[in-house]
Amino acid sequence: MHIVVCIKQVPDSAQIRIHPVTNTIMRQGVPAIINPFDLFSLEEALRIKDKVGARVTVLTMGPPMAETSLRKALSLGADDAVLLTDRKFAGSDTLATSYALTSAIRKLSEEETVDLVFCGKQTVDGDTAQVGPGIATRLGFQQLTYITKIESIDQGAREIVVHRRSEGGVQVLKTALPCMITMLEGTNTIRFGKMDDMFRAARYGLKTWNKDTTGAEEMKVGLKGSPTVVSKVFVPKPRAQKATMVEVESPGAETPTAEAQAAAAVEAIFGTQPKLADELLARAAAGL
Amino acid sequence: MSEPSKPQGRKFQLPEHLKEYKGIWVIVEQERGSVHSVSWELVGEARKLADKLGVEVGAVVLGADSPELNAICGDAFTYGADVVYKVTDPVLADYRTDPYTRVMTDVVNTYKPEIVLLGATTLGRDLAGAIATTLATGLTADCTELDIYMDNRSLAATRPTFGGTLLCTIQTLAYRPQMATVRPRVMSMPDRDDSRTGRVVEVFPALREDDVITKVLSFIADREQNEAQLAFADIIVAAGKGLGKPENLKLVFDLAKVLGGEVGVTRPLVQAGWTGFDRQVGQTGKTVRPKLYIAAGISGAIQHRVGMEKSDLILAINTDPNAPIFDFAHLGLVGDALTILPALTDAFGKRLSVNRLAG
Repeated sequence: MHIVVCIKQVPDSAQIRIHPVTNTIMRQGVPAIINPFDLFSLEEALRIKDKVGARVTVLTMGPPMAETSLRKALSLGADDAVLLTDRKFAGSDTLATSYALTSAIRKLSEEETVDLVFCGKQTVDGDTAQVGPGIATRLGFQQLTYITKIESIDQGAREIVVHRRSEGGVQVLKTALPCMITMLEGTNTIRFGKMDDMFRAARYGLKTWNKDTTGAEEMKVGLKGSPTVVSKVFVPKPRAQKATMVEVESPGAETPTAEAQAAAAVEAIFGTQPKLADELLARAAAGL
Repeated sequence: MSEPSKPQGRKFQLPEHLKEYKGIWVIVEQERGSVHSVSWELVGEARKLADKLGVEVGAVVLGADSPELNAICGDAFTYGADVVYKVTDPVLADYRTDPYTRVMTDVVNTYKPEIVLLGATTLGRDLAGAIATTLATGLTADCTELDIYMDNRSLAATRPTFGGTLLCTIQTLAYRPQMATVRPRVMSMPDRDDSRTGRVVEVFPALREDDVITKVLSFIADREQNEAQLAFADIIVAAGKGLGKPENLKLVFDLAKVLGGEVGVTRPLVQAGWTGFDRQVGQTGKTVRPKLYIAAGISGAIQHRVGMEKSDLILAINTDPNAPIFDFAHLGLVGDALTILPALTDAFGKRLSVNRLAG
């Protein structure tokens, strides 16, 4: 069994700041991490390796510095790593990105047939959730997104049973390998690497591939291969109106009590929001 | 599945053969006979965009033929569709990526809409990513605003990125259809007009179950799971880090109970294990638009804000008068949520029960 896990190095979005004048993202000093959603998928791939035996290859497309994320994945237990990097890939949207990654997965499959591809649910920088489905569609793999649990994998019969989150419940699906799976977050606990894997990761000679290595066509990658065009980037407009502070009667100069504050807040709602007040009363009357 | 067709390099002019693409479609998301409300929100939005362009709104309804499905087709008209593409086959009874993608690709290639919209749900995002790949066209994810640039009649789709810190507007200029998924609860629900009707175009794709590799063994509905139905709650009481410790969540649950509402939380509380992910409001959680949102001990980080700023009335409670939440809440109280929450529970309780007796 050969599993490819696609990961992406992203800036830690919790620490992103916007330059107040230029409205651009200030990346200086923002640590680069493995996209958090990818870790749940990597963990699941490693669990399959532990349980039934598999070779796990991590693949990333990005700038040369993305090598550090590959080494991190190796230290967690991945067997092999591929860095797909080429200036020609710059500016790729999801259609072009899934094309480039698919060209690398096809090349990996020539060495050893790929049975499963894992992707993160989405990235925390792009937030599109489109690259996984793009890869599945191009490869003709069964597409299994938002998976909460892999119930069973039968290597002999090449069958897999999974639980897939849908809006109104959970679908239990049975399908055949090869598949592309994205795991829902919080479905498993991410492991810590073992010491010998950490040493191995530091010394590992990972593969660095470019457009020509995988035979990707120039017209299908980067800006040329991207149908979408970013026409404007801006900071969300603050609402013109700040909150009205609830006026609280406090005899004397001491701070008002919580009771007085609560009473004033309820009064403000019932006094100035007749529609909402009626709604609350109707709900109470209906016993909701 | 065949390799997607070949993009022709970077062009911004619409090629001649794509000019025949006309109309705005919404793929209606129905699961077991019930429609996800984002579909109607989108039909309402599509109506506005179509009126600008002077074109028709098409609603695509897929599933196994049934009275429920016919009722859904009727609903599509009442919410603003001009034409319903009713695509029926027993194989389409449950959502599966492969048959839905094949059918939608064919229907789009046959009827050639210029814009195709889906809800940014687990179904919509799964399907949109697949269709956009087979059609080799542009897809913009999880949009919060749609508009038409009239100079070239193209869709301008605006979406939050980098966790909501930035917004970007994205266009698909030289490809058709232009596709977007839209976040649920961002567009308002259109009013029903029961007098509206329109054309029904029936499509029978003649699928074979044997050709579909993925099988649905069973479906475990959430109704049996008792999960929080946050996205559709009219009243939400939400807690942030200001509550200090998990035991204090009880105060939020007490107030929610008196108001008949749901409880939401910020991402740090989920990460700290206070509650499950199904209660998380924000960029990576749920988008909500209740009539009343009480934010207790929430500072108002952008990631949380994008999930709740469309609420009709936001009442914020925070000890810090300079907390960002007061920049966009409607009503503010500076004080300690730990004492104000129980006081609010009492005050609302009195107010609502007195009226209940009087009523």
